[in-house]
Amino acid sequence: MLFEQDPVLMSRLLTTLTLGFHIIFATLGVGVPLMISIAEFIGIKRQDPHYLMLARRWARGFLITVAVGVVTGTAIGLQLSLLWPNFMQVAGNVIALPLFMEVFAFFFEAIFLGIYFYTWDRFKNPYIHWMLTIPIVIGAGMSAVFITTVNGFMNTPDGFLLENGHFAAVNPIAAMLNPATPTKVFHVLTTAYLTVAAVLASITAFMILKKKTSDYHKKALKLTMSLVFIFGILSALAGDFSAKFLAEHQPEKLAAAEWHFETEEGADLILFGWLNDAHEVIGEIRIPNFLSFLAYGDFNAEVTGLEEFPEDEIPPLWIHYMFDLMVMIGFALIGIAFLYLILSKMKKLNEHNKGMLSLIVLSGPLAMLAIEFGWVFAEEGRQPWIIRGYMTVEEAATTSPYVGLMFILFLGLYIVLGVLCVVILRKLFRNSPVEDELEKQYPTIEKGDSE
Amino acid sequence: MSYEIIGITVLWLFLYGYLIVASVDFGAGFFAYYARITKKDHIINRLIQRYLSPVWEVTNVFFVFFFVGVVGFFPDTAYYYGTSLLVPGSIAIILLAIRGSFYAFENYGSKQSNVYMFLYGATGLFIPASLSVALTLSEGGFIVEESGTVTLNYLDLFTSPLSWSIVGLAVVSVLFISSAFLTFYASRANDQAALKLVRGYALFWSTPTIIAALTAFIFLGQHNERHFNNMMDLWWMLGLSVGFFMIAMFLLYIGKYYGLAFISIMLQFFFAFFAYGIGHYPFILDPYITVQSSATHESMGIALVVVFIAGLLLLIPSLILLMKLFLFDADYIKGKK
Ligand code: HDD
Ligand code: HEM
Ligand code: HEM
Repeated sequence: MLFEQDPVLMSRLLTTLTLGFHIIFATLGVGVPLMISIAEFIGIKRQDPHYLMLARRWARGFLITVAVGVVTGTAIGLQLSLLWPNFMQVAGNVIALPLFMEVFAFFFEAIFLGIYFYTWDRFKNPYIHWMLTIPIVIGAGMSAVFITTVNGFMNTPDGFLLENGHFAAVNPIAAMLNPATPTKVFHVLTTAYLTVAAVLASITAFMILKKKTSDYHKKALKLTMSLVFIFGILSALAGDFSAKFLAEHQPEKLAAAEWHFETEEGADLILFGWLNDAHEVIGEIRIPNFLSFLAYGDFNAEVTGLEEFPEDEIPPLWIHYMFDLMVMIGFALIGIAFLYLILSKMKKLNEHNKGMLSLIVLSGPLAMLAIEFGWVFAEEGRQPWIIRGYMTVEEAATTSPYVGLMFILFLGLYIVLGVLCVVILRKLFRNSPVEDELEKQYPTIEKGDSE
Repeated sequence: MSYEIIGITVLWLFLYGYLIVASVDFGAGFFAYYARITKKDHIINRLIQRYLSPVWEVTNVFFVFFFVGVVGFFPDTAYYYGTSLLVPGSIAIILLAIRGSFYAFENYGSKQSNVYMFLYGATGLFIPASLSVALTLSEGGFIVEESGTVTLNYLDLFTSPLSWSIVGLAVVSVLFISSAFLTFYASRANDQAALKLVRGYALFWSTPTIIAALTAFIFLGQHNERHFNNMMDLWWMLGLSVGFFMIAMFLLYIGKYYGLAFISIMLQFFFAFFAYGIGHYPFILDPYITVQSSATHESMGIALVVVFIAGLLLLIPSLILLMKLFLFDADYIKGKK
């Protein structure tokens, strides 16, 4: 069977599958707690049951997605050792610390999540319940931070010396604070918040389109779209920092993403297009001197081209499309949020018109796609390395012949989980529409959610 | 103490912690299903749910903690176990995934369906069975390294009496620990009907537990004499284990002090588990990996220990809060909150 012949290829595919699936729920896991926290805070502060109800309903949906996040995270955690034993044996010496700290972050988050969900209305002072969201937000954010430092290490390894093939003089802190960490962490966090705000906005917009506008939905949309705008700008800023980081520390990734073959000053930014057989770019949109600006903040700076690297260390050139799509989506999200905010500020205009709402409905799935494109770009742009400069993906993979079979098993598992997750969420919210629940919960508040 | 000894001790403690909390969780899943098919679910399922809902994720983290810690402190384990465990490991992941997510889907999502309940109950027994395989493998003889490739000898594994006796022990221990915990929990909730039922389960599963433990011990002697003899040298720990088992049985039998009974059972397993672990020392995988040969760099080892202590300072107060709110808050257990 084709499957059984190449454990390396199959290990890559299985890792891509698991991570591609996990990242959806991980992103939700990082972002949703912040949204819940904001909504509950506004609700308590303004004594507005609409916001409290928002927090409750988001929290209830979150229970389902967390579960999928936890089980797929457990899967990827184990798969790192199962599929990349050589990588973990070598790199484990240097990156064990952040992985270990990540577990503590989960632990912390899990404990308070348990407490939060089952203590609505158990405290006299509502702020005490709200304060429980803080450790959850921090725990979720920190797990993203720690895992991202690991990924940063894979891109720009640091914190050890190489002595006859072994890592020596290990400094775990320096490994965590490798050059890639600051920009990566900033970008991963901001995009997670952006994406979750966009997903929640698009669900709300969908509800408004399907039924009718209510105060509840309007407030939800206003809140989430404002957050999309803020985090959209921050994400673009962080993305710009990331590009500047690449120009300095991982120039081959940026050059491959930009189809920048020759080192030159005043380099043009290339959008889309394709390559002909002679590796010439055709049909592209060219923005003069912009690549130099993206890379160094200076329109005339010199940008390293792919010609400077050995042939077998150049990442695949198709990551260009991943990069372009991610960036386009980033600007589109900012644009949509900006348009919505303008419309809602203008008294005469109606921000809840069909066109606007349809755009918002699109923004959630688009943002999630940008997360996927971004990761494929980042990971594929590291090829052929698993630890850049030290170990290739090929050397790292397992030799077990059964990876193909496992791929099929996991594919089946994720399909089942994905479908059930959606089905259950829809059922959950359809069976108790907001209107009924608002009536039931408020003003006769004192009633547990877990019943 | 050197950092690798601290490391292995901490990990063993966490594995013990997982053994207890996961057993409660796995066994409860099975009892919930069993009660459903014997039409007694109205008696105990509410009790089970009130305990399990807030803590299942915490249970999972114990497990994640263990495997991340092992690979962190002893990176060579990733190479040997990682390469050889691809298939059993993947199956365990899939079972865990089904269990965890279905639990959430059922409890928070829709009304209870029989299919979910069945999967939830069945995985509760299959997961401990599949995880216990790792213990069997560590005894040596099943994982072999030849000319640079590591393979798992499935035929030996599946025909080994040791491997099946450990699986048996894992399954009955889960049921015993879980029913003893539920007995305590029911008595806290003052729920007489449930108490009567789960106390019966606890009494019933005690005998198989002790028989399975003896059987596994005997087969261990046949398979790995060194380990067996080391454990015999720790006879006093085994003795204490049996002693606490007797105390627990007595208390369960007279129907008083269920909290103490459960603590005795925890101690019973504590001593048996540590006698097993200490006897295993210095090997992590007989004969390839020892605690010393596979330990990570010193700077990393120390960093991990420091983080571990800092982490505990953060976690212990939070865990106490969790327990106070759900485990020891009588009103919550009784369902008034
Ligand atoms: C909603 C998601 C999203 C959006 C709108 C953007 N990104 Fe992004 N990007 C990510 C989601 C993402 C990510 C998933 O978070 C990545 C993958 C790896 C990483 O560190 O972050 C990423 C990586 C990533 C990298 C590679 C970093 C590395 O490999 O070290 C660069 C250079 C950019 N981004 C630049 C941008 C720019 C200039 C954007 C303009 C708006 C942009 N991104 C929008
Ligand atoms: C190789 C990459 C990754 C590994 C090995 C990994 C590992 C894990 C593990 C083991 C869990 C389950 C923990 C538990 O039992 O509670 C988990 C869940 C989680 N992961 Fe990942 N993870 C990875 C990528 C990411 C990324 C990129 C993020 C964030 C951007 C992230 C954020 C989370 C969060 C927040 C959870 C908790 C589940 C939730 O609250 O939704 N993970 N991950
Ligand atoms: C933090 C979140 C991460 C995400 C979302 C992520 C995402 C991805 C994706 C999409 C791929 C497939 C690339 C391809 O098309 O080949 C990939 C590959 C891979 N990633 Fe990451 N990655 C993350 C972090 C990590 C970390 C922390 C590790 C290891 C500790 C890791 C290890 C790998 C490996 C071994 C591969 C396969 C080799 C390859 O094809 O590059 N990743 N990852």
